[in-house]
Amino acid sequence: MLYSYTTPLIGGLLIGLSSVALLFFLGRIAGISGIVWGAISAQPDNSWRWLFLVGLVVGPLLYHQLTATPYPTASPLEWWYALIGGLLVGFGVKLGSGCTSGHGVCGIGNLSPRSLVATITFMAAGITTVYVIRHLLEGL
Amino acid sequence: MHGVAALLCGMVFGVGLAVSGMTDTAKVLGFLDIFGTWVPDLAFVMGSAVCVTLVAFRFVLKRKQPLLSAGFVLSGKTALDGRLLSGAAIFGIGWGVYGYCPGPALSALVYLDSKTVIFVVAMLVGMALANRMGST
Repeated sequence: MLYSYTTPLIGGLLIGLSSVALLFFLGRIAGISGIVWGAISAQPDNSWRWLFLVGLVVGPLLYHQLTATPYPTASPLEWWYALIGGLLVGFGVKLGSGCTSGHGVCGIGNLSPRSLVATITFMAAGITTVYVIRHLLEGL
Repeated sequence: MHGVAALLCGMVFGVGLAVSGMTDTAKVLGFLDIFGTWVPDLAFVMGSAVCVTLVAFRFVLKRKQPLLSAGFVLSGKTALDGRLLSGAAIFGIGWGVYGYCPGPALSALVYLDSKTVIFVVAMLVGMALANRMGST
């Protein structure tokens, strides 16, 4: 039981540490959706965004290789779940100016009421969606 | 130095996502399934991350400027408007459909699953659509 809580705890501490370091060194908020949009829409002063995103992919690769931790099992869901989920996530984070990292970790850390409201909203929407898909539509 | 700091921050962030379990869609959907067999572990991810930012952001933002650049770039937005609420709701629905939010989806690209590629491409298209809507 202890194990199942320790890795989320350590992972969360690393995410928090990274967010603090990015603010301390570059003065930027570690909001992944904002960084991604800035990178692909060719904002000025963009190299830090691309380098952050490279790190976001290389970091997990090194972690899994160096610690011989197996990759998580691939999702059993059909490909169109990924398509619909991805479209909604991208549309929603752009419209709502942030995701789990920007609103959830950094915005709440910065005591932003806007981010707190956004976080409660997307958590509630996620919980409701899983309830509908797993428990209401199941067996239809 | 600027670029090295960004790369290292990204790496630590990505390792955090992979260690925490956020790159595992089954765990994420299990966490959101509070009316089924709820797996509460991932609450500790945002919980511990927010504990760090809540305390440390105070000290960082008391400084005149960041160590390697001219100023802090923070969102000046304060409005609790329809865009914020509907955007967050639509994002949450997408998160519940597949189990990825933006960061974990990008980190999970290293697992080389074609559905993750579909998710990420669709996410970029979704962002572009919202951007087009917002500018008209």
